[in-house]
Amino acid sequence: MAWFTRKDKGIQTPTEAKKEAPDGLWYKTPSGKIIHTRELKNNRYVSPEDGYHVRIGSKEYFEILFDNNEFTELDANLSSADPYGFVDSKPYTERIAASQKKTGLTDAVRTATGKMNGLDLTVSCMDFAFIGGSMGSVVGEKIARAIDYCLKHKTPFLMISKSGGARMMESSLSLMQMAKTSAKLALLSEAKIPYISLLTDPTTGGVTASYAMLGDFNIAEPGALIGFAGPRVIRETIGKDLPKGFQSAEFVLDHGFLDFIVDRRDLKARLTTLLNMLRKK
Amino acid sequence: MLLEFEKPIVELEEKLAGMKELAKDSDADVEEAIETLEKKIEKLKRETFQNLTRWQRVQLSRHPERPYTLDYIYGMTSDFVELHGDRTVKDDKAMVGGLATIDNQTFMLVGQQKGRNTKQRQMRNFGMANPEGYRKALRLMQIANKFNIPVVTLIDTPGAYPGLEAEERGQGEAIARNLKEMFMLDVPIITIVIGEGASGGALGIGIGDRVLMMENTWYSVISPESCSSILWRSWEYKEQAAEALKLTAKDMLDKGLIDGIIEEPLGGAHADVQASINAVKKAILDNYKELRKLKPEKLKEARIAKFVAMGEVAEK
Repeated sequence: MAWFTRKDKGIQTPTEAKKEAPDGLWYKTPSGKIIHTRELKNNRYVSPEDGYHVRIGSKEYFEILFDNNEFTELDANLSSADPYGFVDSKPYTERIAASQKKTGLTDAVRTATGKMNGLDLTVSCMDFAFIGGSMGSVVGEKIARAIDYCLKHKTPFLMISKSGGARMMESSLSLMQMAKTSAKLALLSEAKIPYISLLTDPTTGGVTASYAMLGDFNIAEPGALIGFAGPRVIRETIGKDLPKGFQSAEFVLDHGFLDFIVDRRDLKARLTTLLNMLRKK
Repeated sequence: MLLEFEKPIVELEEKLAGMKELAKDSDADVEEAIETLEKKIEKLKRETFQNLTRWQRVQLSRHPERPYTLDYIYGMTSDFVELHGDRTVKDDKAMVGGLATIDNQTFMLVGQQKGRNTKQRQMRNFGMANPEGYRKALRLMQIANKFNIPVVTLIDTPGAYPGLEAEERGQGEAIARNLKEMFMLDVPIITIVIGEGASGGALGIGIGDRVLMMENTWYSVISPESCSSILWRSWEYKEQAAEALKLTAKDMLDKGLIDGIIEEPLGGAHADVQASINAVKKAILDNYKELRKLKPEKLKEARIAKFVAMGEVAEK
């Protein structure tokens, strides 16, 4: 028997009890800087001392982008079916229910339309807290409908990606969401409506290999992990340690796949400048 | 190579061979016994191959003697002009393609290529393309588009290569761009999964007006092994993962994610390579005959509509 086998079951923390979001009064960044959560919120969830971008969700992004936090949410009534009757260590339906309860979200993406500094904008924003921001039928369908809305109302489209990739529990249906969203983006592109893709920490797998990389402008937050294969898979494949900064937003920018990196505190202003320039010709 | 479920069949076949040998040397009348045994083998084969589990089909899709992309291309055509390179980085040998005629019609044929022996496998990178492979595929498809030549893609990959350089050169971007651009092609696209259809690496050349799968192939979001490793945290649950993923041709057809299944010879595609080649050739010609009637705009519209309809959600 291995010497490190844990005999005492009582000291394991179940996944659902682990905390992801800053909870409580103080937040500590990976480099050890400590900041009051109220101050963090006022600073667009960026640590003022080291510039660390805390992972946030659709609620916070909408609050940052839309004027006076006023927006209309679209397709909020969609939630996941269980098309494959998928069961691994627990049934998919239970995972969905647990995630909905924990996060208060219906699935891993929310769409909203509203004004950003007076400009019309439609935003689909992923929530990593919901099963790792994984893309299944609901994510694909909501993004497809968001693009339909943009086509109909001629509003620019901003996609904020934050995902581990396709959702395994919907198997091939998840895979086909890559095709589905890309088809809609092809139509948006033909209609000459601007599409900005913002990649945030982390954006990997099938999301990177579809809509996240298809922006007229691909932009990212500093330090975000961006890649197709995850770092662990690559390390196992090549049998070597990965260079420092590999798959960081800065690395991806350097290799030519991003237009620029934007500090979250400047996000609204930079997007406004960009979209305004596309309007005036 | 012998798969576990093929063993009882082979045992009987060996027995039959022995019996035939015996019949040659002696006058003993074993003809009847031979006939009975032959029938028994036929029946066992039928039963075995009709009731394969999903995991057994995955095994067949990876059979080392299974025909690969170039076997189909050289088998179906006699004038193949292979085209190389993505014009940017290099020629990815895990992705092959070129022009050839089938029944007087020129096609652009593109597909992942696996290797037959150790040296070839290394050269072909086990059929795992790098970004330049996907860019080469797109370049060829766009040439086809320019000269109004229909496209056939043959899928056989354990995945897009998850390597360091692949990331540096934008594996995600390369696949994403293919998805989008394939929707914009004016020419018919016929896609056939001839072996393994692993995730984005397969879909990267998989946007077809007709998507077909051969009977003993798989196509899904992840391989059963990787799924087992992530969801069950062990490599041991690959058979369960294959069941849960519902990754066979029949599963995909049931969900409306593919348009048809190409039947394989009894025993799998490798059991009668010529018959497999003929079946693929027939499928290409039959489907092209229908697709050629459609105007480019209708073709694209239908292609987009088909993929946009994929997905199952609950709407309250």
